[in-house]
Amino acid sequence: MTTTEAPPEQERPIGFGRLLRKEDPRLIRGMGNFVDDIQLPGMLHLAILRSPMAHARIVSIDTSAAQAHPKVVAVITGADLAEQGLAWMPTLSNDTQAVLATDKVRFQHQEVAFVVAEDRYSARDALELIVVDYERLDPVIDVRTALNPDTPVIRDDLEGKTDNHIFDWETGDEAATAEVFNNADVVVSEEIIYPRVHPAPMETCGCVADVERVSGKLTLWCTTQAPHAHRTVYALVAGLPEHKIRIIAPDIGGGFGNKVPIYPGYVCAIVASLVIGKPVKWVEDRTENLVSTGFARDYIMKAEIAATKEGKILAVRSDVLADHGAFNGVAAPVKYPAGFFGVFTGSYDLEAAHAKMTAVYTNKAPGGVAYACSFRITEAVYMVERLVDCLAYELEMDPVELRLKNLLKPEQFPYTTKTGWVYDSGNYEPTMRKAMEIAGYEELRREQAEKRERGELMGIGVSFFTEAVGAGPRKDMDILGLGMADGCELRIHPTGKAVVRLSVKSQGQGHETTFAQIVAEEIGIPPEDIEVLEGDTDNTPFGLGTYGSRSTPVSGAAAALVTRKVRDKAQIIASGMLEVSVADLEWNKGSFSVKGDPSKSVTIQEIAMRAHGAGDLPEGIEGGLEAQICYNPSNLTYPFGAYICVVDIDPGTAVVKVRRFIAVDDCGTQINPMIIEGQVHGGLTDGVGMALMQMISFDEDGNCLAGSLMDYLIPTALETPDWETDSTVTPSPHHPIGAKGIGESATVGSPPAIVNAVVDALKPYGVRHADMPLTPSRVWEAMQGNHTPPI
Amino acid sequence: MQVPAPFEYERATTVEHAIALRERLGEEARFIAGGHSLLPMMKLRLANPEYLIDINDLTELFYISEESDEIRIGAMTRHRELLDSELLAQYFPIFRDAEKVIADPVVRNRGTLGGSLCQADPSEDLSAVCNALDASCVIKSTTGERIVSMSDFHVGPYETAVGPAEMLTEIRFPLKANAGSAYEKVERRAGDWAVVSAGAAVWMDGDRIAGGRVGLAAVGPNTTLIGPVSEALDNVVPSEELYQLVGDIAAANCSPQTDQRGTEAYKTHLAMELTRRSLRRAVARAQGQEA
Repeated sequence: MTTTEAPPEQERPIGFGRLLRKEDPRLIRGMGNFVDDIQLPGMLHLAILRSPMAHARIVSIDTSAAQAHPKVVAVITGADLAEQGLAWMPTLSNDTQAVLATDKVRFQHQEVAFVVAEDRYSARDALELIVVDYERLDPVIDVRTALNPDTPVIRDDLEGKTDNHIFDWETGDEAATAEVFNNADVVVSEEIIYPRVHPAPMETCGCVADVERVSGKLTLWCTTQAPHAHRTVYALVAGLPEHKIRIIAPDIGGGFGNKVPIYPGYVCAIVASLVIGKPVKWVEDRTENLVSTGFARDYIMKAEIAATKEGKILAVRSDVLADHGAFNGVAAPVKYPAGFFGVFTGSYDLEAAHAKMTAVYTNKAPGGVAYACSFRITEAVYMVERLVDCLAYELEMDPVELRLKNLLKPEQFPYTTKTGWVYDSGNYEPTMRKAMEIAGYEELRREQAEKRERGELMGIGVSFFTEAVGAGPRKDMDILGLGMADGCELRIHPTGKAVVRLSVKSQGQGHETTFAQIVAEEIGIPPEDIEVLEGDTDNTPFGLGTYGSRSTPVSGAAAALVTRKVRDKAQIIASGMLEVSVADLEWNKGSFSVKGDPSKSVTIQEIAMRAHGAGDLPEGIEGGLEAQICYNPSNLTYPFGAYICVVDIDPGTAVVKVRRFIAVDDCGTQINPMIIEGQVHGGLTDGVGMALMQMISFDEDGNCLAGSLMDYLIPTALETPDWETDSTVTPSPHHPIGAKGIGESATVGSPPAIVNAVVDALKPYGVRHADMPLTPSRVWEAMQGNHTPPI
Repeated sequence: MQVPAPFEYERATTVEHAIALRERLGEEARFIAGGHSLLPMMKLRLANPEYLIDINDLTELFYISEESDEIRIGAMTRHRELLDSELLAQYFPIFRDAEKVIADPVVRNRGTLGGSLCQADPSEDLSAVCNALDASCVIKSTTGERIVSMSDFHVGPYETAVGPAEMLTEIRFPLKANAGSAYEKVERRAGDWAVVSAGAAVWMDGDRIAGGRVGLAAVGPNTTLIGPVSEALDNVVPSEELYQLVGDIAAANCSPQTDQRGTEAYKTHLAMELTRRSLRRAVARAQGQEA
């Protein structure tokens, strides 16, 4: 395993390098402050009654017995909210979603009513006292039949809606792609499914809402990855003045996209506090989190790849059926209803590409959040990397050789794909070669050949992925009209300590360390002297939040640039202190000195004191040493990586063991390699979960079968090998420090490597494709020639 | 946080006290041992007992003892004690095989043998182990005690022979000469319930198998002893062909259902495969070929 030891004290970097995380002493000692740790005087507790049915008309709701419970303060139904015009709210995709159902329920566990009580137990007990009379309707569960003419219409709340269609989307040139396919030597087609999965953060979603009666100001402690975006949405939706809303995201126990949307529970808590005049806490239980909050994926991808018989890949196309559940809650920039699925051309030089997609409603929980996927890149990368392996199978070529033959060349960057994405920088082959070298690729193939002779099943899987992160340029990208640029403010205190304020919000990624290191690198103040503040809309500048691996590409750039702005001012003050012109000063990471005379210098700390102290400053310079900027990225950044997975499969039981996993990532300039490795370890583990064991599945009545962590499995250390991580460094040309972001690379890149390895192991059985999750049963069925799609 | 419905709590100090409480409080009272099945069910409100009788103070039920012809294990003996016991490892290596793959260390620190059997989950590992080892259960009431064989103990899924005013106090395992045993389990992930598991126990007479038993978990409505297996293992010479034959018998005598853990066909296959494997190891152990 890669070493993750911290350097000794005297080698602590003032800037980039290995540094223990500043937030960890608090978190590992149990001294964090999470939403459920918040206790306010007089605080009440809210619990939500959920529908037992997937599709049913609400005939009546009787809340009288619940109201009579001695500890119950209020019972609210959809009808009550409708009177206030609050029964419906917008989703992140400009659809509407019921806060509480008024007319009918559209997925199992949909919110129907809520109880506010003096304690959590009483609130939960009172739910049992609410009597709802439902009239069952036929549910739409099989996404493949959702558009059939005789299928019930789920969204009859939408005016004029006569089917379950949400949108059609396409990208690329259909005719040109067809032309290439028609003339290609080899065409390989496969239906590739990325099943519905769930981010399942350790901390579930929740909030404490507190509306002050006199000022009318709402303070909402909330599990949100995007506090500023949430504030504005509440202002626009609920009509609360924005300056009267303060969102505080305290410590967050994992997000992975699950904490991007605004959930009905938050709105219910706000309404309750508004009506009752006391603080109200709502925290989901585990089941509620799994069955009702933002899921991810759920794509059925009919995919095709065209190539010459020598293995030159010519074109890729796909036709996708997307299951968005009962409300379109996809979290993606508005102009990108399919997220960034358009990067499905992968890391290859193609002649043509085309994709089309149809998204539909079903009676399942809404979502489509970016679960560590950079807006649907997980699906895109999985599809193309599976396709390339299917092509290798048909051509009887080594999958690495096939990839090496087709990877983009360094001189092609910046490279515009056939679907219009501009890859900023890349040097792919050395990354692939490095992974092969660490793996001992040739030797592994030799071992595999020997084992196949003996009937043993060993598989080697490869993936090469290109990510697109750091959304994004405001000319193209917005969420509900909010541009995706990030503010940042830096203040240097008189004694040379600093505070940097950001709009993003860590859910465990180590922002308090990474951003301190970026500022430190630029201004030479040690990271431990720099406080990182985020997650409080009253005390941080506006920005769109943390998801899609955007914190370092967007806010990291903002942090670097704001620090340079402060440094520029410091240089002018230094020129006054040293009585030389600005041009005669040189920067030595922490001090300015006179060119040619290093003995004449002032430290940044001395400059800070001068900036706040007595005495004259150079003409036109105000006191203080601080700055604020808003960074608008000119392009996305495109991290990439080469992953190799080795699996052994027990031929008798079909149990898959991941023996080795080699991950070589290129995320451009590295700020803290230890944090990067940690992010990669987590993402790879996630990949094992998705590839081998996870799926949010439903029975034919729409009952969710994944309502606990006994049913929806999270991998443990025993299912994961010692990760072998390494890296190459290809800086982003447009990012101020060349960093590209790493948060989601491993989740994007690992599922195809693992699935490719399993399918490779099953080659003696003539298996070319098998869908996730590759549980022992599904692997065994594939070995019998009975592979069935999971949906 | 999932929260259970209201319940009353009593803490028993002796077995007699526990049984008296149970008798007084009636059907709506449940004993709580390790609680790692009952508490999650209560939090999910799948179980809503009015009373919990905590029996964790009944130290008289924490033991593993050797008698002349049997091993006796107190019902409150924790998984961890079963895993660590050298005595059990010596006579019944199947215990250590099984305990290594039951849940996780946190659960094993609390969960008990008696609790596992009384939960009577069709996927319960220790029920398969006890079936393979031909265990019998000591059930006490205010009026005395009775001894019930494993096949009579489990009367259906989540249902046992223990009556409303009774308590399982001890499980007895007959010692047989030249015995070997083993346990095989397939799970989707460490700590998960079995997709299928199989426990085998054999006792040898020279080079021949004098007799043997196989217990399976997660292959039907109840954890099952496969009766016809015992007939096939009556005085036979061990061989790969025999293991295959017995595996086929096991597969033919179980009734698994398709669920998220696997298809009926796969589980039936595993019943064969895991029976074969556990039997092969049990025989090797009986012959001293495997520690």
